[in-house]
Amino acid sequence: MRDTHAVLLTMTTTRQPATDLGFLLHKHPEKAQSFAVAAGTAHVFYPTAREDECTAALLLDIDPVELVRGRHDRAFTLNQYVNDRPYAAGSMMAVALSSVFKTAMNGIAKSHQELADTAIPLAVHLPALPSRGGPDLVTALFEPLGWQVDATAVPLDPEFPDWGDSPYLDVRLTGTHRVSEALRHLYVLLPVLDNAKHYWVTEEEVGKLLRAGEGWLADHPRRELISQRYLKHRKAYVRFALSRLAEADESDEEQLDNALDEPVVAEEPDRSVPLAVQRRGSVVAVLKAAGARRVLDLGCGGGALLRDLIKEPSFTEIVGVDVSARALEVAARRFERTPERVRSRLTLRQSALTYVDKSLAGYDAAVLMEVIEHVDEPRLPALEYSVFGAARPGTVVVTTPNVEYNVRFPTLPVGRMRHSDHRFEWTRAQFRTWADGVAQRYGYTVRYLPVGQEDPEVGPPTQLAVFEVSR
Amino acid sequence: MKLSIPDMALVVLVGASGSGKSTFAHKHFRSTQVLSSDFFRGLVSDDENDQTVSEAAFDALHYVAAKRMTAGKVTVIDATNVQRTSRGHLIALAKKHHVLPVAIVLDMPEGLCIERNAARPDRDFGAHVIRRHRNELRKSLRSLEKEGFRRVYVLRTPEEVEAAEIEIEPLLNDKRSETGPFDVIGDVHGCRAELEELLEKLGYVLDRDAEGRPVGAVHPEGRRAVFVGDLVDRGPDTPGVLRLAMGMIEAGNALCVCGNHEQKLVRALRGRNVRVSHGLAESLEQLGAEPEEFRKRVEAFCGGLIAHYVLDGGNLVVSHAGLPENYHGRASGAVRSFALYGDTTGETDEYGLPVRYPWAQDYRGRAMVLYGHTPTPVAEWINGTMCLDTGCVFGGRLTALRYPEREVVSVAAHKVWYEPTKPLLPPSELPPPAVARRDPDVLDLDDVIGRRIVETQHHGRVSVREEQAAAALEVMSRFAVDPRWLLYLPPTMSPVATSPLPDVLEHPREAFEGYRADGVQSVVCEEKHMGSRAVVLVCRDSGAARFGIDGAGAVYTRTGRSFFSPELTEQLLARVRAAADGLWDELRTDWLLLDAELMPWSAKASGLITRQYAPVGAAASAALSASLAALSSAEDRGVDVGSLLASTRSRASNAAGFRAAYRRYCWPVDGLDGVRLAPFQLLAAEGRSFATEPHSWHLAIADRLVAADPSLFVSTKRLFVDTTSEESVAAGIAWWEEMTGAGGEGMVVKPAANLVRGAKGLVQPGMKVRGREYLRIIYGPDYTEPHHIKRLRQRGLGRKRSLAGREYALGLEALDRVARNEPLWRVHECVFAVLALESEPVDPRL
Repeated sequence: MRDTHAVLLTMTTTRQPATDLGFLLHKHPEKAQSFAVAAGTAHVFYPTAREDECTAALLLDIDPVELVRGRHDRAFTLNQYVNDRPYAAGSMMAVALSSVFKTAMNGIAKSHQELADTAIPLAVHLPALPSRGGPDLVTALFEPLGWQVDATAVPLDPEFPDWGDSPYLDVRLTGTHRVSEALRHLYVLLPVLDNAKHYWVTEEEVGKLLRAGEGWLADHPRRELISQRYLKHRKAYVRFALSRLAEADESDEEQLDNALDEPVVAEEPDRSVPLAVQRRGSVVAVLKAAGARRVLDLGCGGGALLRDLIKEPSFTEIVGVDVSARALEVAARRFERTPERVRSRLTLRQSALTYVDKSLAGYDAAVLMEVIEHVDEPRLPALEYSVFGAARPGTVVVTTPNVEYNVRFPTLPVGRMRHSDHRFEWTRAQFRTWADGVAQRYGYTVRYLPVGQEDPEVGPPTQLAVFEVSR
Repeated sequence: MKLSIPDMALVVLVGASGSGKSTFAHKHFRSTQVLSSDFFRGLVSDDENDQTVSEAAFDALHYVAAKRMTAGKVTVIDATNVQRTSRGHLIALAKKHHVLPVAIVLDMPEGLCIERNAARPDRDFGAHVIRRHRNELRKSLRSLEKEGFRRVYVLRTPEEVEAAEIEIEPLLNDKRSETGPFDVIGDVHGCRAELEELLEKLGYVLDRDAEGRPVGAVHPEGRRAVFVGDLVDRGPDTPGVLRLAMGMIEAGNALCVCGNHEQKLVRALRGRNVRVSHGLAESLEQLGAEPEEFRKRVEAFCGGLIAHYVLDGGNLVVSHAGLPENYHGRASGAVRSFALYGDTTGETDEYGLPVRYPWAQDYRGRAMVLYGHTPTPVAEWINGTMCLDTGCVFGGRLTALRYPEREVVSVAAHKVWYEPTKPLLPPSELPPPAVARRDPDVLDLDDVIGRRIVETQHHGRVSVREEQAAAALEVMSRFAVDPRWLLYLPPTMSPVATSPLPDVLEHPREAFEGYRADGVQSVVCEEKHMGSRAVVLVCRDSGAARFGIDGAGAVYTRTGRSFFSPELTEQLLARVRAAADGLWDELRTDWLLLDAELMPWSAKASGLITRQYAPVGAAASAALSASLAALSSAEDRGVDVGSLLASTRSRASNAAGFRAAYRRYCWPVDGLDGVRLAPFQLLAAEGRSFATEPHSWHLAIADRLVAADPSLFVSTKRLFVDTTSEESVAAGIAWWEEMTGAGGEGMVVKPAANLVRGAKGLVQPGMKVRGREYLRIIYGPDYTEPHHIKRLRQRGLGRKRSLAGREYALGLEALDRVARNEPLWRVHECVFAVLALESEPVDPRL
């Protein structure tokens, strides 16, 4: 035996004679059997095999090193080695189910075909099920299929109750289903719950998984989430490099690679036009009014504003700049199908606003849309110099949240910022003090515009400043 | 006939088809120096004679020529070049790269060209083509010099061609073979008395004529003076200064570059119409009193001055008004103009003087640049350049810099000899500039991105790949502390060679044996604290003067992120500062840079623990207890699950060990309560890196901090081991076994002397020997299972060691540059490279 890691799933029936479960699964209740599966060994045995109750257990041994082998693009981060794979019933379990219970999953049971075609009472137990989305997602996925869900979170560490719950659930499903149906539900939905960590699912397997959803997936209320979670892209080198730096820093990768994270709150209450749309509209209007033709989008992120800019033919040259390689990848993908003639007006490049970048000099206008609040306040003077002093465009448009407005977001807890990466959020007065100072130091004039519905008490949700170079 | 070609020149061959250009080029130049239009036609079209692709071919040819000129290589253009427009492109290209264009014309008889072409099977030009070429050539011959060729050689017969010899001559500014030492002297402006005083202060012995006037000076140690120009005008005794300087130069005791004032004086002496202003009147009046012979000598001297010199193998450049790197050693009107007048923004200030563009703040070159021209209150380093004009004639000082010592020597002006247009004020009293100027502390993107090579003293050239730099840029710009605080990032450390013992991966014996093999007898074992690596920069008062930031310092991680909020950082630094009380005067410094471990691990790594380690423990515990229950039931029923049950039990115990391993390093922290700091090295202080101080010295300093504030600082347990004594080695092993047996993380073994060089370069600065239980966190709960450990022994350490060596060298280099007070970008370049290398794909478990 190579390995003894354990991922466990048990399936119980009380339909008498319960031991007939052995015929349905094609595994003898009095024997413990082992099967080689991808990246490990699956063991099948029956903890209980009585007339009134029979439980089959699938214990999966996973070799974590085997998981990484041959995946050079993915390897070399520590969490590939010390990870939950050997214990958590995620995608590996799904793959093992389809291999060990292949015939059962197809609903074939020669001697007991009638029983196989019958819905029988079943109980499934998964003691460590990774769920990105918590107990609610398990319920949302299994309940519409006729399962009763009982899911409890496993604490991270009983010695450190402050740390809260782990991402694992102890899940019990009960319902009346054909065995083949139950197996196919598990086969498709376990990886969906596992989401972010299904790096071993190949494209070919995606096809197989979707075929297993035939007959029920099309009507599932969460079918979009289910299919979407299979479509993950490979990481480019830079992202792996970033993962390694996160480990060197002993932080979580997502703490560093958060350039594309969505804000905690984004929308004004009771408004039909999203705030982000109003913001982009205002920026484009200001740029057009300034007569800008060559425009920089500094901190372009995934390219939402670029998409609006490129629709305006008056912008003859558009440069999207971001420090995040991943953001630039996403932005580039956004314009993959844009006609060559249009796309030729757009350039994407990596740069950092706290460094002077000579190639950004000489443009008509620059936009810093929801960017400055992602820079540590003590580093702002470096950004000011590189934008207003070195690049020195004729017009600079800056938008940033108005923190006074935060009280109008019902879902935002008091004192929380709108985005997990915001380093500060300013009041209207703070923003003006900063902007007036910048304008004075660098020879610009500045004026202000509200974005979004201006609240008589706390002002607009977003504040916008337009700087114009003097002379 | 000898054809003399200036170094780096663009040599343009001119001649009709069949005139023998290619043969000539082949005979006199290396094949890589010759760019032939036929060859480029072939490159772009597979047909060397396809005239329809000429445009593309020349485009490519010009591109390659530009690359060669940028690199300063002699380049020969082998094309007919009989048309003025085609030559015009090449002359413009040469000018753009500040190299001299030279024409070599092969004006061969028509019959010979036709005959040669006919002999070539691949050429089907008619005679008319050659006739046309020759006509065009004829028309060009007279105007070649006017077009901009600095030298034109015309060869008219096959015999002349046969007899021609090419000689590459160095440029007049190329004095790389002169290695000094030098004393570079700023603008004198006729201040003879101060010049005499300065020369004597520098150790020169003056030589005087019968009338007592100084006519030369010699340094007993053979040093030589280099004048940055502007010897003349404004001051009281321009002839006296010239007499002394010319005497020194003629005797080989000095060099002088041309200043803008010499340039104008020589024009005035030659009777040209110049505006007599800026102190020229004084010179002309004083020289008028001198004999005609002296005036002729001055005219010849000033007229022959070179605009800049490249000295000491390219390490030193002297010019009057400074010089950007791409002009060093080049020759063109633009280079001379910059050297004499500098760069201006085109604006004028409130005194009507041109606003000078601060080229030195953009300077990134390797050569030291010394210059004058713009009076400044104090001579200061800006990115490896220094302006030595400290306004002597305006009542300031006359300044010299000793090279290579980098020592500033100056004497005060005896009086204000000339009233300045603009007051010479110290920077604090200057009016604020209209537009904020670039601070030399501002970093340029070009300082860090793309493929980079960093020169290190201890490990030669260290290269950083483009994609590594891209990832580091993201982390550096979004998360790191201000680069002015970021003097250093710690290098990664390799584990010890894998132990052959059956149940451990790492064991101290291999560390001791490894160092002994490297020739290191004495090593120190230091307890490995399980915390997070922390670099602490603490200032005695404020960092404003030294680092340009009014703050107490910074406490940052291996990737440059601050550990704490600004308030907590200040609090922590206040305690460090208080504990370091005696060190400030002792080390004559206002700041200290400490290498330390900050505990608990959970204070910094809580994200990692709660998102990676603890979940593994939780999943393992939940899955294994359920599995044990299921297997036990099966066994109770008589199903044979024996071996599976036994191994699952073992697994459950490993998982419990894993949880115990990380729990040891977690404890709650509230503000600074619970935070502990274990310093183990003092990296640097003002003017010094301590990389060569033995570890006993470093640990003694750490012990003083612990004694001063035992509630914050934690002592590092240590044991010195003699690698040549089996007894001492056994004691070291026992010490490690005891420590790791009690749950300790392990230890680090370092050469006791600190920085050690071996036969193969730098010896690893440390090797970690981690405890058996601790390694569960790294290799997984079950790594101790025999089949696992057998496989894990295959680990290769080569890449990790190589990486550790490179990062160590970069860290040392950063500290050395800090000690030399080098410009920020030079320090940042090394620190950034360490971060970039950290993304190198190396087995992270090592």
